[in-house]
Amino acid sequence: MSVLYVALPVALFLAVIAVIAFVMQVRTGQLDDLETPPRRILFDDVERRSREPGPGHVDEEAKP
Amino acid sequence: MSVAEPTNDTPAEMVQDRVLSCTHCRLPVPVGLIEPGATEQFCCSGCKMAFRLIHSSGLEAYYRMVETTGTSSLTRREEEKLSNRFDDFDQPAFFDRFGNPVDEEIDEITFLLDGIHCAACIWLIEKLPQIVPGILVVKLNWARQTAKIRWKRDAVKLSKIAQTLSHLGYMPHPIHRSTIEERRQNENRRQLTRIGIAAAAAGNNMLIAAALYFGMFSYMSVGMSQLFRVASCAIGLASLFWPGRVFLQGAVNAIRTRTPHMDLPIALGLTVGSIAGTVNTIRGTGEIYFDSLSVLIFLLLVGRWIQFRQQNRAADAVELLYRLTPQTTRKIVDGRPVATFVDLVQPADILEIRAGDLVPVDAVIVGGTTEMDESILSGESRLVGKSVGDEVMAGTKNCRSTITIRVVATGRDTRLSKIVDLVEQASLEKPTIVQWANRMGGFFVVAVIVMAVVTLAVWLWIDVSVAIDRAVALLIVACPCALALATPLAISVALGKAAKRKIMIKGGDVLQQLNRPGMIWLDKTGTLTEGKLEVVDWYGDNSWKALISDVETKSSHPVAKAIVEFVENASGRVSSSLVDQVTEYEGQGICANGPGLDLLIGNESLLLENGVSIGSRHQQVADRILGANLAPCWIAVNGSVNAIVALGDHIRPDTKLAIQQLISTGWRVGVLSGDHERIVRQVADRLEIESGLALGGLSPEDKVNVVQNSLSEYPTVVMVGDGVNDSAALSAASVGIAVHNGAEASLAAAPIYLADEGLRPILELMRISKSTNRTIRMNFAASLSYNLFGATFAAIGWINPLVAAILMPISSLTVVAISLTAGNTNRTKAKP
Repeated sequence: MSVLYVALPVALFLAVIAVIAFVMQVRTGQLDDLETPPRRILFDDVERRSREPGPGHVDEEAKP
Repeated sequence: MSVAEPTNDTPAEMVQDRVLSCTHCRLPVPVGLIEPGATEQFCCSGCKMAFRLIHSSGLEAYYRMVETTGTSSLTRREEEKLSNRFDDFDQPAFFDRFGNPVDEEIDEITFLLDGIHCAACIWLIEKLPQIVPGILVVKLNWARQTAKIRWKRDAVKLSKIAQTLSHLGYMPHPIHRSTIEERRQNENRRQLTRIGIAAAAAGNNMLIAAALYFGMFSYMSVGMSQLFRVASCAIGLASLFWPGRVFLQGAVNAIRTRTPHMDLPIALGLTVGSIAGTVNTIRGTGEIYFDSLSVLIFLLLVGRWIQFRQQNRAADAVELLYRLTPQTTRKIVDGRPVATFVDLVQPADILEIRAGDLVPVDAVIVGGTTEMDESILSGESRLVGKSVGDEVMAGTKNCRSTITIRVVATGRDTRLSKIVDLVEQASLEKPTIVQWANRMGGFFVVAVIVMAVVTLAVWLWIDVSVAIDRAVALLIVACPCALALATPLAISVALGKAAKRKIMIKGGDVLQQLNRPGMIWLDKTGTLTEGKLEVVDWYGDNSWKALISDVETKSSHPVAKAIVEFVENASGRVSSSLVDQVTEYEGQGICANGPGLDLLIGNESLLLENGVSIGSRHQQVADRILGANLAPCWIAVNGSVNAIVALGDHIRPDTKLAIQQLISTGWRVGVLSGDHERIVRQVADRLEIESGLALGGLSPEDKVNVVQNSLSEYPTVVMVGDGVNDSAALSAASVGIAVHNGAEASLAAAPIYLADEGLRPILELMRISKSTNRTIRMNFAASLSYNLFGATFAAIGWINPLVAAILMPISSLTVVAISLTAGNTNRTKAKP
């Protein structure tokens, strides 16, 4: 049972990482529009010559 | 390789059906446009251009996508007639108004696009950088139908971008910049961040709580359980001071402004729970509460966010409507009219206003004679004659013939804007109404504190050792988690329901006000009537109706239109060729001649001037018509009176029924109009509205006064209107409702916007309000009884920590269930 002394802090550490990731997502505007991306995802860019990132991945740069 | 596939297939397959369909939009190709032998067929030059554009950019995959998504047909892309209409987009003044420079090289603009209907559209539009080099990024927002475009300033002109979009079939409309959007986005991000943190805290605390509960039944060492308790305490405090801070701040504000607010009891519960929990953690014994507290914070934040989103959705839809640049206008440059944007017009410019166009500025007529519809400013539905030298106001409509005008004032200096300023004033003077839920919150705090004090006192007397624990347990159990969720959940369900019926509600509190029937003031023009005339009665000979209607089709006068419509409704379209010559007399009527025929339609003076004698029998009929507040129109055939037509304002169908239903549900209905008293009375009579409540001849200021006076008499005063002249009254009323096609000022002033015509949506709105209030009350009843039992049991000392922990989330879940199911049962009920 004493493994819990290690497991608990590890679990909390993972939770903190998840929270940081989420906050970063929000800050970069990935959750601003929840209705366009589910439609955008329908097609992949197979016949494209160069694999440049699609417009869906362009984050809104935070305004200065 | 896949490129040629769709274009080869489609025509071949269609040939079998003997109908060629357009390669681009799939509509049938008109016979005259079929190109023999070609694999690609187009129904119009617009489609051809769009196809070429897509083809040459290597984006044929678009057509396959359209097939996969099963879009039946795309909108027809007509060739844009004014090829130079986007030239204005390159003017600096245009960019100043709509654009947004990102840095030295890159510019940004947001367009509202017409015709976005499927996923393939998103794909195509976001591939715009491939079609037009120089565009960097296009980002589409599906819900709002807007596209944000960034491009290199030196590489491509904005007019080129706009033109390409329009060639593809998505007509771009520039929209005004607005800081509201950015503010709302930031608020959304803040709320999401809080929810994320609160969720992580709640989830982890629940896991820890589970471990602790299991530890109570099986063996757990003191050190181990203390580790869990300290962890739970740390997470709980983090949750309270980071995402939970909004409630504490709200409570501080509530105390400072002395307005009871739901945040107050919440903050009280949170604070007491946290203090007790922290003390117990340090002491190493007793309940720590932090699992419940962090779940509570999480749930409350989610409830608020849902309501925030629903309100924004409605506000967005309306806001986009009035942020749209009204229109283009036609400016005379070097003697020729050129399409330009209203925003770019300067005083002293000369504009051409065609019949049917809105005047965008205050101006003086310099050429032409016409009749204007000034109802937007005056509420008067009758047309006003105007000629050279007369003033015309922004927002009025030219109804007869083309005029040229010299601009006097634009933008904020117009009379229209002055009235809009009145709106702001009226909304400042409006009394604020404390929401029912917040008042309840106030009572609740007092009740809980009194109970806690009594419990403490009684237990101090009975058993000192448990007194503090009991009082704290009571405060925790009574924490109004479900109570605070009750209103936002019920309201957001209602807002969603309303939006589906095209009723846009910008704030939830109006739903609660609409539940108390009071006074409804309806504007006449645009709400009850359509601002056009209709034939109410036809006295006299019926046999000439067809001919009369045929003659009247040659005139565009409102009376003529009313007569044509009346005859066509009765007997279908009839055409005869007995008439050679039709002459129209301004302000009098119309005269038609044919072989052996002399027909006069018009007012009394037209007949008298043409030597027609009017007998006393006819005069009596005319008097009767005038007595009913209708207007007579005389018809004479070959020198003698043939018929007299009674004309009145055209009332929207269903209006009478809707008004009766409103009255039967306890509302008093009145009419407020700027139109002449006589006309208002006549409409009120036909709709069976009390004549004392039909007020005519009112200025915008008078309307505000009437509304403000009735505020003291009735619990709720609703104003329904569309014009700029109503907008101040809309904002003064406790609930303002702007109706379909309303002026932008009225959209901004009213918290509710009806996108459908007529009064039916108002009945719908009342129903939604009623069911929402029922839901809120049920929610309150459920959560209050939980709290009551919980608090009582805690006071007696029956509640053990485990029960308290289970009771709290269950009460919230009950409220969620009630809100959602109430919405569903009503939805099925309302469907006919």
